[in-house]
Amino acid sequence: MLKILQAMLEGTVVSLEVFALTLLFSLPLALPVALGRISKQPLIRALVNGYLLVMRGTPLILQLIFVYFAPYYLFSLSYDRFTAVIVAFTLNYTAYFAEIYRGGIESIPRGQYEAAKVLGLTRFQTFFRIVLPQVIKRILPSMGNEVITLVKDTALAQTIGVAELFRVAQNASSRQFSTMPIFLAGVFYFVMNWAVSAVFVRFEKKLSYYH
Amino acid sequence: MEIIKVENLSKSFGSLKVIRDISFTVNSGEVLAVIGPSGSGKSTLLRSITHLETVSGGTVTIGGEDMVRDGQYASPSQLRSICLKVGLVFQNFNLFPHLSVMDNVAEAQIRVLNRTRNHAEARARELLGKIGLADKEHSYPCELSGGQQQRVSIARALALNPQVLFFDEPTSALDPELTGEILKVIRTLAAEKMTMVIVTHEMHFARDVADRVIFMDEGVIVEQGPARSVIEQPRSERTKAFLSRFSSRDA
Repeated sequence: MLKILQAMLEGTVVSLEVFALTLLFSLPLALPVALGRISKQPLIRALVNGYLLVMRGTPLILQLIFVYFAPYYLFSLSYDRFTAVIVAFTLNYTAYFAEIYRGGIESIPRGQYEAAKVLGLTRFQTFFRIVLPQVIKRILPSMGNEVITLVKDTALAQTIGVAELFRVAQNASSRQFSTMPIFLAGVFYFVMNWAVSAVFVRFEKKLSYYH
Repeated sequence: MEIIKVENLSKSFGSLKVIRDISFTVNSGEVLAVIGPSGSGKSTLLRSITHLETVSGGTVTIGGEDMVRDGQYASPSQLRSICLKVGLVFQNFNLFPHLSVMDNVAEAQIRVLNRTRNHAEARARELLGKIGLADKEHSYPCELSGGQQQRVSIARALALNPQVLFFDEPTSALDPELTGEILKVIRTLAAEKMTMVIVTHEMHFARDVADRVIFMDEGVIVEQGPARSVIEQPRSERTKAFLSRFSSRDA
């Protein structure tokens, strides 16, 4: 039992790594994608639209397989499985975050831009000092949803053989002829998401000083 | 001395001509009221001169510099400095909700005029005192009444020391009992010889505070002249018809 628990903790570390690295890359990357989606340049808009369609229109599990195996079949290139997981997750989550950012950006009233313009703020200053802080407050609930989904999606990393929490639990389960490890994994995910929710509640509280 | 000179200004949205060939001037220290029915192009006129709308043709000169001449705009850097000569107070205040009252008034001073924070805050405190909100500098816009928010937005515009202050129906979004405090601030500014252009539906106020009145309808200036004579003895039939609706309401 102790051995199973230890193995599952190791799997949890892998899951958390996938989780943290995906956020680290996709949270900032989603910003230029969101701006590209509302760009005045038709070409940029079309490219971003195509990317969003593919990323949101196909299963993440398939994207994982594609990212890992496509370079092998196309160029006989093989690379680290874990890296492939991070690349696929980042590409996928960037798409979802970008759409949430876009919704937030478009929800800011025109009057805010106009007031900033009349006061002489540059477009850069307007975006980072006036618009973005308000966007963050507005998108927190949707971001909470997405980040919670990410915690659970890390289980898909096993598709290309990365031994994260759920894979470890399944292995233990088949060795023991017991579903216990799988339910235990459920408790692990639940606790992780409890923490995620708590963090978001804190953020929302922090930004509740205005409405 | 002319601060604003508008010549043959026109503005269309698609095929809809909202402003048709308008010319007028605003002199230093003058208060000009722009009145007229809704849809007459008053707000669009204000938004064109403050560069929130791109004009279709004509010339706007601000403080001796051409913002736009015959439909051709100045370079972006020139535009920025020319536009800083005018301030605008919006109908819906448009304060920045995430910034405190102090930061609303100080932000552009620091970012645009490169004032130090101390300098900007001193200027903000001076203005907040003047509009009677010295005790609200740490409040956020959502904690203030509409009238107080509008007063803050006046302070925010004044903080950049504009040569002309524009008001786009500054009391229209307010409950009737709150309009008085805004009009009082504008009166104070008028007494200090601040140059102002005010789009308003407050006819008594326009008559009492404005030096001159422009009556607009369907994108043209129908009548203009000294405030008292335009409002009390309008010459044009359209002005008469418009004003009679107000006097019957006021009575």
